[in-house]
Amino acid sequence: MREVQSEAKTALVIDERDNVAVALTDLRKGDVCTVRKGGEVEKLVVSEDIPFGHKLAIQEIGKDESVYKYGEEIGRMSEPIGKGGWIHSHNMYCERGMERG
Amino acid sequence: MGDKFMGYRRKDGSVGVRNLIAIIPSVFCSAKVAERIAYQVPGSVYFRHPVGCSQVGEDLEVTARTLIQIGRNPNYAGVVVVGLGCERFSPYELADGIAPSQKMLETVVIQQEGDSLAAIQKGVKYAREMQQLASRQQREEADVSELTIGLNCGGSDMTSGLIANPALGIASDKLVEQGGTSILSEITELLGTEHILARRAINEQVAGEIREIIRRTEQRLKRQTSESTNKKRTHLISTGNYDGGLSSVVEKSLGSMKKSGSAPFSGTFAYGERPSAKGLLLMDSPGHDGEVTTGQVAAGAQIILFPTGRGTPTGFPGVPVIKITGNPRTFEKMKENIDINAGEVLLGKKTLQQMGEEIYREILEVASGKLAKAEILGHDEQFCITRLP
Repeated sequence: MREVQSEAKTALVIDERDNVAVALTDLRKGDVCTVRKGGEVEKLVVSEDIPFGHKLAIQEIGKDESVYKYGEEIGRMSEPIGKGGWIHSHNMYCERGMERG
Repeated sequence: MGDKFMGYRRKDGSVGVRNLIAIIPSVFCSAKVAERIAYQVPGSVYFRHPVGCSQVGEDLEVTARTLIQIGRNPNYAGVVVVGLGCERFSPYELADGIAPSQKMLETVVIQQEGDSLAAIQKGVKYAREMQQLASRQQREEADVSELTIGLNCGGSDMTSGLIANPALGIASDKLVEQGGTSILSEITELLGTEHILARRAINEQVAGEIREIIRRTEQRLKRQTSESTNKKRTHLISTGNYDGGLSSVVEKSLGSMKKSGSAPFSGTFAYGERPSAKGLLLMDSPGHDGEVTTGQVAAGAQIILFPTGRGTPTGFPGVPVIKITGNPRTFEKMKENIDINAGEVLLGKKTLQQMGEEIYREILEVASGKLAKAEILGHDEQFCITRLP
């Protein structure tokens, strides 16, 4: 467990169409995170604490705009988010699986 | 020529990867007697379940055909059916259903024997005789096309969709390429991916079946929603999934479908059925791990492949369940439960492709006799027959 946490702060963009990266380590507010996207690497300042496995925005996403992971829409933002912010169920909604019968 | 493994050839042509005696109660009332029989005969497994009586219609049919097909799974050299005597699904119907597999088969009925003790005694006698015969059988070489694997993930976190599932997909593709069979299920965790799966169907009929199976499941989930207890929740994500970083059912589904690799879907089939097609198949099933693996074993799966991000210990009686985690922390914590550490991909020590090949080799080794960790620890809780509303 410690081994992972001692690694450099990294995040991975799965598909080039994605606007989020997945945190491969626990991230803290103010950390400079290395975001890997294909062969490219970008440094990004993390704007809030983000747990391992959770998503961070790699660009600004407006209210009701789509969140893309795996190259597909996984939901939309219920409020705007800036680069380096944490995206999860508190600020993202997905209508699929939420409709009433 | 495909890759080979060492298995037990059965009279009906199928190949088992284990050589056990199955003690199967036809009804929940005979579960304890079945358990006592199994305890006294090494190399036997029993199947505790709460069904077999007081059921009607399709619900009873699913129970009946699942129990029959479990008994026909090639991992079992012989079967002792244990009935009570007055149940709706009779022990003789169960035995008659298993009989075409031509395996060793006996039936014990408690009410006929007199009491539990007499029934246990008779069952033990049958099971011991079968075990003695089974123990003389040797493993022989079989082609990988004789293998059927079930794909099922549980306790998922984001590493499942990112690493363990895609690596398993590579292994599954390798098996399917060589004529083997791989079964994707967990329809509740495929909502939102139907367009992608349907594109991979071998023809329009199979594409239509895939879309229809997912549509029906979603309709059922909507009917079952209870606004008062769980506001606007018609999807299935557990607390641990959210904690692990999954934020929507579509996000979970996209990761879930990665287990099936990129092979074309050659068919679909219903729960409790034995499919006639080979290759990559979609089984109509709920999302509950135990119900899924039970359906897959009934379909003939000799091995279950089970990615888990958060970690889960469960196993199936007489069928190896190979656990794979893409989360290095989970592997550290649950080393005794998890067979494959795909977390090495996350740490950059191995590529996804290398991991896929490692999983494929593990499938062949386990098929040839290597015990999965769930077997060593005696985990058998995944046997659960689904109920229909």
